[in-house]
Amino acid sequence: MAEKKLNSPGGISRLFRMQMFIPIVALIILAVFNLILDPGFFSITMGTNSAGDPVLSGYLITILDNGSEVAILAIGMTLVTAACGGQDISVGATTAIAGSVILRILVGGGDGELQAPIIVAFLVACIVSMLFGAFNGVLVSIFNIQPMVATLILYTAGRSIAAWINNNELPIVTDPSYTYFGGFIPGIPIPTPFFIAAICVIVIMLVLKFTNLGLYTQAVGINASSSRLNGINPTFIKFLSFVILGLCVAVVGLIKTSRISTINYSVIAKDIEMDAILAVALGGNALSGGKFNIMSSVLGAYVIQFLTTTLYKLQVSSDALPAYKAVVVIVLVVISAPAVKAKFASIGKKMRARKEAA
Amino acid sequence: MKRKLIAALLVSAMAVSLAACGSSEETKDVSTNSGSDTTTTSNGSAADADEGSAAADGELIKVGIINNDPNESGYRTANDADMKKMFTEANGYEASFAYSLKNDEQIAAAQKFIQDGVDYLLLSAADTSGWDGVLQDAADNGIGVILFDRTIDADESMYLASIVSDMRAEGDTACNWLKDEGLDSYNIIHIQGVMGSAAQVGRTEALNEMAKAEGWNIVTQQTAEWNAEKAQQIVQSVIDQGTEFNVIYAENDDMAKGAVAALDKANISHGKDGDVIIMGFDTNKWALEEVKAGNWNYDGQCNPYQASYIDEIIQKDQAGEEITEKKIIMEEKGFDCDTITDADIEQYGI
Amino acid sequence: MKENSVLEMRNIHKSFPGVRALQGVDFTLCEGEIHALMGENGAGKSTLIKVLTGVYEKDEGEIYLKGLNKPAVIKSPQDAQNLGISTVYQEITLCPNLTVAENMYIGRGKGQITNWNKMNKDADKILQNLGIPARANQQLGSCSIAIQQMVAIARAVDMDCKVLILDEPTSSLDDSEVEKLFGLMNDLKARGVGIIFVTHFLDQVYAVCDKITVLRDGQLVGEYVIEDLPRVQLVAKMLGKELDDMEDIKGEAAVYSGADADQNLLEAEGLQSDAGIKPFNFHIKKGEVNGFTGLLGSGRSESVRAIFGADHVLKGSVKVEGKTVKIHKPLDAMKAGIAYLPEDRKIDGIVGDLSVRENIILAAQVLKGFFHPFSKAQANKFADEYIKLLEIKTASADTPIKSLSGGNQQKCILARWLLTHPKYLILDEPTRGIDIGTKIEIQKLVLKLASEGMSVTFISSETDEMLRTCSRLIVMRDRRVVGELSGQELTQTKVMETIAGGEA
Repeated sequence: MAEKKLNSPGGISRLFRMQMFIPIVALIILAVFNLILDPGFFSITMGTNSAGDPVLSGYLITILDNGSEVAILAIGMTLVTAACGGQDISVGATTAIAGSVILRILVGGGDGELQAPIIVAFLVACIVSMLFGAFNGVLVSIFNIQPMVATLILYTAGRSIAAWINNNELPIVTDPSYTYFGGFIPGIPIPTPFFIAAICVIVIMLVLKFTNLGLYTQAVGINASSSRLNGINPTFIKFLSFVILGLCVAVVGLIKTSRISTINYSVIAKDIEMDAILAVALGGNALSGGKFNIMSSVLGAYVIQFLTTTLYKLQVSSDALPAYKAVVVIVLVVISAPAVKAKFASIGKKMRARKEAA
Repeated sequence: MKRKLIAALLVSAMAVSLAACGSSEETKDVSTNSGSDTTTTSNGSAADADEGSAAADGELIKVGIINNDPNESGYRTANDADMKKMFTEANGYEASFAYSLKNDEQIAAAQKFIQDGVDYLLLSAADTSGWDGVLQDAADNGIGVILFDRTIDADESMYLASIVSDMRAEGDTACNWLKDEGLDSYNIIHIQGVMGSAAQVGRTEALNEMAKAEGWNIVTQQTAEWNAEKAQQIVQSVIDQGTEFNVIYAENDDMAKGAVAALDKANISHGKDGDVIIMGFDTNKWALEEVKAGNWNYDGQCNPYQASYIDEIIQKDQAGEEITEKKIIMEEKGFDCDTITDADIEQYGI
Repeated sequence: MKENSVLEMRNIHKSFPGVRALQGVDFTLCEGEIHALMGENGAGKSTLIKVLTGVYEKDEGEIYLKGLNKPAVIKSPQDAQNLGISTVYQEITLCPNLTVAENMYIGRGKGQITNWNKMNKDADKILQNLGIPARANQQLGSCSIAIQQMVAIARAVDMDCKVLILDEPTSSLDDSEVEKLFGLMNDLKARGVGIIFVTHFLDQVYAVCDKITVLRDGQLVGEYVIEDLPRVQLVAKMLGKELDDMEDIKGEAAVYSGADADQNLLEAEGLQSDAGIKPFNFHIKKGEVNGFTGLLGSGRSESVRAIFGADHVLKGSVKVEGKTVKIHKPLDAMKAGIAYLPEDRKIDGIVGDLSVRENIILAAQVLKGFFHPFSKAQANKFADEYIKLLEIKTASADTPIKSLSGGNQQKCILARWLLTHPKYLILDEPTRGIDIGTKIEIQKLVLKLASEGMSVTFISSETDEMLRTCSRLIVMRDRRVVGELSGQELTQTKVMETIAGGEA
């Protein structure tokens, strides 16, 4: 009986239950806030960059640009969360490793000239990142270690490994073509990271459409025992999610190092794991695993960047940013708590009852 | 049963390691005596009774070095490499290293070194406060403390010497240079390091005071925590806002680089003959090359090579000399895009 | 209070929201007696034990203990312990990383300094007295499970216990270990300790116990001296069927009449899994409905799980339609045309948050392969087809399965497996916890499927259900196959006799 009522196509209640609801509302709140404060926030201008190529600029472009790394990580993080019911906190450190590998192959020990094609360096970084992802995956899937605990190892050791890969040197790429990935491709006025994120999203969407990755991952996350009895291999699915996240990390490593053409092992992609996890939560995905919606996580990632950019605009000190994000986390945790949900539901029921009575 | 076993194992392990230490020290005696005779002033045979100078007795001098994470910056990498080069067995030292960016972890490491009975504690503190207990413990155990690179809030009597870069002086040098540029107006983006660090405090004070005195306008003053990406976002935000600016005063090279990346994206010219003056600190080799190429205008030195100064102090102390000048400030320069030479890059780049 | 009794429980009541777990139960334990507490799951055994040990507070009734001239007040496990009531649970609740002596004395001192030497000596003495082959300073984890169990008992005994409760202590022990445990129990009995023994192994009850108290549905069925209660009577009392009532219920199994009706669809030989069952042989013909029966814990679920590869198969060979197949994991079995509806619907069956549609297509989808997902239209078609066929009551195919009633959830799982078009369908307790209407629907469906040539193994706690559907029953006791009944033998009486075993 209860299901039937809930499913009645009452517009508002359906919207409430939509997973995209949370990030969309957050986005609208931020947008309205900025609109009131300064409508100039939304202006986008066409200019040229120092290389003479056309580029778009404005706060919105900045958001699309800087939010992309978190968006890419959110893809893999969503899968890990869904399958394992836990999060990978080593993505910042493994991004440093991926970036370090790319630079090592491109210019390691040299004078900044490219020693290998960028694609080769990137592919090697992909393999290395996937191996590190596999390491985490083995700990979680085979040894049944809690994801956060398992990934704590690389969280702690990753940046030192990254530094070790380049013998503690700070290689610098002088070739301008390397800046394309974190900047603009000549002739295209939209920041490349956004394109890369879009490609990643399209790829994962195709994978989800043409394989059973989504179904298997959700089934394993919700009920591993039952999944096993239906012929799914939960160990492999969990492992796979970490390998996919590894791939995302490699892409982020490329963008991050391209932005400044070099690397700083201790600060590159610092705290990005928190943003990625926050994106998953903001996307309305249960951090305890199970059902997921990747588009929602990606949207969540851009919402976080929207928040960050807004705070920068307000000249909030950047070391205070985590405090503001913490507020968002608190709000999210509270509204997704079962007790609050039940309260909302009962309020909704009362309102409906009143409407019917009227 | 198990407990006993473990205890027995521990005891035997300690015994073995002690024996090993003893024997290795004996053998080292032979090898280092010949080498260290020249460097250590007291080749004392009569000093045996004197606990304090036992270390000088041809044995290795034990130093515990507490530094920041060498990955933090090029400066730190160079500094750490310099330390490792100086405090070797060949030079008569037995060095242990501890790295952390966190004050409490550093304090824990210091206490461990004190327990281990080092002769000297070399310290580059993450934070200026909280070191009273460590200094007292060191004093009680007759351990000499030498501060390098960063000072702490403590009475001078509590440490042997402090070898520092005067961050304030670095900042003043940079600000004086900026004043001499004689711009029509000064609209400055100020990108700060990790708040509370000595470098941030000194370099920020210098700019703040000069700006006040000269009536310069600081467009934005934000910390990017030594992080290039954050610096890029901060400058990006100012550009998006459409605010005018003509100087970027970044408190280290990495952040200056991030700032420049944002300018390049928005086609704002910078450096020599450009619209925006770029200033950085720490004289990384690549940064000096940017200055030389005219992409940046100024880079201030922050000398990372303190090891030789420290060595000198230790030798003096071992010889029983009084160290009169507690605060040793290293010589530091600033480099201008018009005057920098390849030789400068070679000599001062880190 | 009777002269030689150490414990008397009178008129115990205990209710939980919606359940009356105990309704006026009496229980008497005498000095130097091993007293079995018997009943199927849900009969109230564990509630009674928990009331006695202070885990639950009783709603009504009195508990008398020897040496106490007023009713005992037991409000917490600590109270129970102080009154000399000790419990040893099925799972070892000691700390494997401490020594035997430490485990025996842990949590007993009231903050005073421990004299390790004395403690070890005392412990050794007790162990020696009880004939437990363990040393006081040995790490507990290095002992076998049986020894650990005995240490737990030694700990209980040293607490000057008058009443010792052993809650399923033998379920993880092998035969020789059980023997040792029995030796210790008899020893304690000789010292005058009253022992309450909870187990579902009938053989063990008859091997060691003096009296039996049977509970059913929260009520006392009766207390019996062991000699007066033959096994078959015990089983009848536990199941609640008096022998006189048991008429033959003629199985109306429809018959598959294909040309291959005589051929074995599946043959298993010497099959054994790591779930603790003894090796067994099994076969099923095409279109046959058979079943495993036995009390809970007798190994009937474990047997079918071994066939499906749900537990780790240790040895044995399986042939499907004459061809040897290797079944290491469920997917192997699925590929061989075997389907398995698991016993615990919530834990092993449904994927709660997924929709009815996704739950229905899951197994078929896995069989089709990772890279070949069903199209939306296909999935919808399948789901709608089976929702209609099995009359699954759901708002839509998109509804999460967890919001359906138990019976409808079960139908979804059934639909999931029917969609794989299996040759052999294993149904483990498909009717548990669902309403009577759905039960009958499922039984009918089983017979219909069989008449179309599908082989079905049907397991149910309710014997009459099995008699109604199965043409052959494999009877299990204490984790081994003890008999096979078919044709005229398929009567309640015969089934119970076989379950009970022994000389009855």
